[in-house]
Amino acid sequence: MSVAAAPNMSPHASEIRPLLAVEHLTMRFGGLVAIDDVSFEAADRQITGIIGPNGAGKTTVFNCLTGFYKPTVGRLVMHHPAGPMMLEQMEGFRIAKDARIARTFQNIRLFPAMSVLENLIVAQHNQLMRASGYSLFGLLGLKRYRAAEDAAVEKARRWLDKIGLVAQADGPAGSLPYGAQRRLEIARAMCIDPLLLCLDEPAAGLNPRESGELNELLISIRDEEKTAVLLIEHDMSVVMKISDHIVVLDYGRKIADGPPATVRNDPNVIRAYLGEEEDEDLPEVVKQDIPEVSS
Amino acid sequence: MAGVVATIAREPKSLGGRIAKDMIISGIIVFLLGSQLIGIETIDDPKGLRFITRYDDVFVAALVVALGRAGMQMLRAGIAWPVLIGSVAFAVAVIGSTLIGGERDLSLLPFSNKIVDWIFGLTAVVFALRALVVQRRGGAPAPRGGGVMDAVSARTQKYSRYAAGLMILFAILLPVLFPERRIVDMGILVLTYCMLGWGLNVVVGLAGLLDLGFVAFYAVGAYSYALFAHYFDWSFWGCLPLAGAMAAFFGIVLGFPVLRLRGDYLAIVTLGFGEMIRVILINWWWFTGGPDGIRDIPRPSFLGLPFERQNPDGGETFHSVVGPMLQSVFDIELTFAPLHRIVYLYYIILILSMVTCVFTLRLRRLPIGRAWEALREDETACRALGINPRNTKLTAFSIGAMIGGFGGAFFATRQGFISPESFTFIESAVILAIVVLGGLGSQLGVVLASTILIGLPEVFRELADFRMIAFGAGMVLIMIWRPRGLLAHRDPTVLLHGKSALDRRDRAMAGEGSG
Amino acid sequence: MDLFIQLLINGLTLGAIYGLIAIGYTMVYGIIGMINFAHGDIYMIGAFHAVITFLILGVAGITWVPLALMLMLIMSVILTAMYGWTVERVAYRPLRGSFRLAPLISAIGMSIFLQNYVQLAQGARNKPLQPLIKGGFTLSAPDAGFAVQLGYLQIFIVLLTVALMVVFTLLITRTALGRQQRACEQDQKMAALLGVNVDRTISITFIIGASLAGVAGLMVTLYYGVVDFFIGFLAGIKAFTAAVLGGIGSIPGAMLGGLLIGLIEAFWSGYFTVEYKDVAVFAILILVLIFRPTGLLGKPEIEKV
Repeated sequence: MSVAAAPNMSPHASEIRPLLAVEHLTMRFGGLVAIDDVSFEAADRQITGIIGPNGAGKTTVFNCLTGFYKPTVGRLVMHHPAGPMMLEQMEGFRIAKDARIARTFQNIRLFPAMSVLENLIVAQHNQLMRASGYSLFGLLGLKRYRAAEDAAVEKARRWLDKIGLVAQADGPAGSLPYGAQRRLEIARAMCIDPLLLCLDEPAAGLNPRESGELNELLISIRDEEKTAVLLIEHDMSVVMKISDHIVVLDYGRKIADGPPATVRNDPNVIRAYLGEEEDEDLPEVVKQDIPEVSS
Repeated sequence: MAGVVATIAREPKSLGGRIAKDMIISGIIVFLLGSQLIGIETIDDPKGLRFITRYDDVFVAALVVALGRAGMQMLRAGIAWPVLIGSVAFAVAVIGSTLIGGERDLSLLPFSNKIVDWIFGLTAVVFALRALVVQRRGGAPAPRGGGVMDAVSARTQKYSRYAAGLMILFAILLPVLFPERRIVDMGILVLTYCMLGWGLNVVVGLAGLLDLGFVAFYAVGAYSYALFAHYFDWSFWGCLPLAGAMAAFFGIVLGFPVLRLRGDYLAIVTLGFGEMIRVILINWWWFTGGPDGIRDIPRPSFLGLPFERQNPDGGETFHSVVGPMLQSVFDIELTFAPLHRIVYLYYIILILSMVTCVFTLRLRRLPIGRAWEALREDETACRALGINPRNTKLTAFSIGAMIGGFGGAFFATRQGFISPESFTFIESAVILAIVVLGGLGSQLGVVLASTILIGLPEVFRELADFRMIAFGAGMVLIMIWRPRGLLAHRDPTVLLHGKSALDRRDRAMAGEGSG
Repeated sequence: MDLFIQLLINGLTLGAIYGLIAIGYTMVYGIIGMINFAHGDIYMIGAFHAVITFLILGVAGITWVPLALMLMLIMSVILTAMYGWTVERVAYRPLRGSFRLAPLISAIGMSIFLQNYVQLAQGARNKPLQPLIKGGFTLSAPDAGFAVQLGYLQIFIVLLTVALMVVFTLLITRTALGRQQRACEQDQKMAALLGVNVDRTISITFIIGASLAGVAGLMVTLYYGVVDFFIGFLAGIKAFTAAVLGGIGSIPGAMLGGLLIGLIEAFWSGYFTVEYKDVAVFAILILVLIFRPTGLLGKPEIEKV
């Protein structure tokens, strides 16, 4: 089983340092405790997977991280090169702008009426705003701004090339097929030059071929773009294959934490997914998801 | 009676039965709707209210609507001939009798106002044309207007450069081609609304913020100029930037607390602002003149030369300075004419609106403009990309307000008199209607819509009382016909493959569409 | 204290009228998510129907007040409800499921149309009407200097409103129609799949809203004794404000918002200045929205991402 984990080791495994530390995160909605005292770390330049059954609180962790919810208790520390940042105290948009954490959404959120290229350009908004002198130079049509815009288009082209959407660049994003929309959303998130990329079920609804392409894309983001990835996923084939480290949540609690090989044999995890031994009427889907777990 | 009701309630099988049922029901409904409001006219006597009846009007209206409804159903089913014959006969009879009657009311229809006769007659003509189309297509149902207009709007967008060029040329030459006060005045009005429409387009069309109180900023601009001119004797050109700045400032102050509200809440709050500003203008009488407004607002001067017969301060006037110059250079005689000032105002608003147009077009292609559109599409995604939603909305709101303020200052100087009466909700509604009817985000759409909504009612002044009712009905009908606006076609702000590739794609898509 | 009680009575009466109109806004918003801008004008049409019915009754010689009131109520409600239905059928149904702003623009157009239609058909001058229900109780001692008046009409208005609210609440909570209505509010597509006739349910919503507006129109005719074609605008805005204040989509919220707006208006006019009463109403609306963006009784929205 250590063999299974070996290809996942990133070349920089020797210099692992934590990028994001989640400490005692708790989130309550009224009486409902969605997350209960969860702590984990995501390492720089590694892929960290968060798995767990439905309703385990995975997306809520993401929403706390990216500022959509204010956690009830807990600290979220981003070890930014400029110094540590307390995410729970930051306004939502600043988490992307200053802490440089990008995210995608479970139900894709592109700008459907805008073109594919524009989606990627909008992601570079903050640099372009500065270059356009907060619109002043841009209005005057100064060279400085035009150069910046060309650079932005160039960067977008590079990503379009990576996700294979160069030909569709000028068409509306909303008319792309589903798998392409998923890839575009990831590329858009990467265009803000994030230190940490948070992906909320990127493989949902993809066919096996697309899912394979996604794996390659994520590995290249880790290895070539040197960006850490935090990944929520149901699709075990994706998580187990590419994660360097896995955190397992169940009913809002962390039940396991470690490299894939350790996690898949953890009795707690098996119980969480399979239920107790006598639980016979588990949906077929869940069983298919975890063929390797029992092996 | 019970039998009739039972017959109507049953779903008839045959086409004829369906049409007959539809006719009867719509006739009854129209009759009931009109039974009191049209059938009985209240007349206030000194002794109290009394009334007279007009039931012939109600019967005829119900009958005509029932026939029209039947015609519609038949056209939908592809039956053309009876509709064609019927509508032509109806149109000829009604229009003919109205025309022959001249001043006397000889019309076949009982309505006391001839315009109603005309409306019914012209509707019949529309039916006849529609029936002709159906007949030509060999009984196939008439195509929906949408498809044709989509192609038209895509093509307009493609040739917008030329279209805009032609329009600007026409706009520049208008006072020369038609040196008539009525036409130039209408041009001023249409251009003013174009400018306001482009301003509101930033807020509603690009940023997707539903603003029902745009008139508030229009009022702030107008009053800024009027008050500064009144109290400090400032000139129009000195006040113009100030009016814009004041309106933008108001936009920021008002927008700051409310821009985080969801769309419809924002709508009602902005509507409230509009009303509040009007109420304040009315009641702060010692400062704003109250309901009487402000009189004698100075007219703009041309490089300091007023457009008057005689300069009240004893100095030169436009014609006394420019006249001799023209005389010596071109041998043209220029004497004082009131039209000069109108034409001058026309060119001012032409320049102001052109500047607005270029300004907003450029903004759309800048990062801020793309952020506005992104915000309209998905605010949550914007936040996740590090875009500050509040500041981005505030810029849109205040830029829209600023343009409204410029428009207001121009309005004040053109009228020479302003009062709170000019800044009612209906004004906001008209500007919003221009933006939405034109097609959200479309610059040319604003021109088209303001020509239709502002220009046409001005042309048909004879409609008099019927202008506003036609305006309202027009808004409803255009929306039903084209919910996304007349020219709703969005071109990307930046292209990877260049314009020709985009055209190829459009053509390919158009091919798919028609195939 | 006497002034306070008097203003309270006046405010409650006014609030009852606003509340009845507000329910129409809130129901329509709840079910199809649009601001029915023409609703204020539907109310105005209700007021005109009340006036005209009153005139006909006068000619017909029906002068017994309870019967006359009954007939005015019935005529006004039926005909106004027909206008509500027709407006939905003509101007909104073709736009269902279309672009978000389209129904709103159509509604503004409809509002302009209805105002001018009534102006053309009935003239621009306002229509005065002799008071039908006169008299009332004097609540305070005659030597108090200020006599608190509680008119029979005010009692009638408040009681009728309460009765309507009871019937209406039963209708929404206890009947199949109410269930269908709430189902459409939650999810139109799903409701349709489960066999709810969505078109019909929406039509009925408009009919109910317009009926209540018709009642409000009748009340206002009796209360102020004068109507004109423009009364719908301001009343409409205020009723919508009431709906938003109470939490749009919430029916008790609409009633509460209506009462609050009525009270604010009455107290502001009584203690401060009449001129700025509308400003006060909007200012309070803005304050409420800033601190409680979903209104007083609206459900707080948890953003789903």
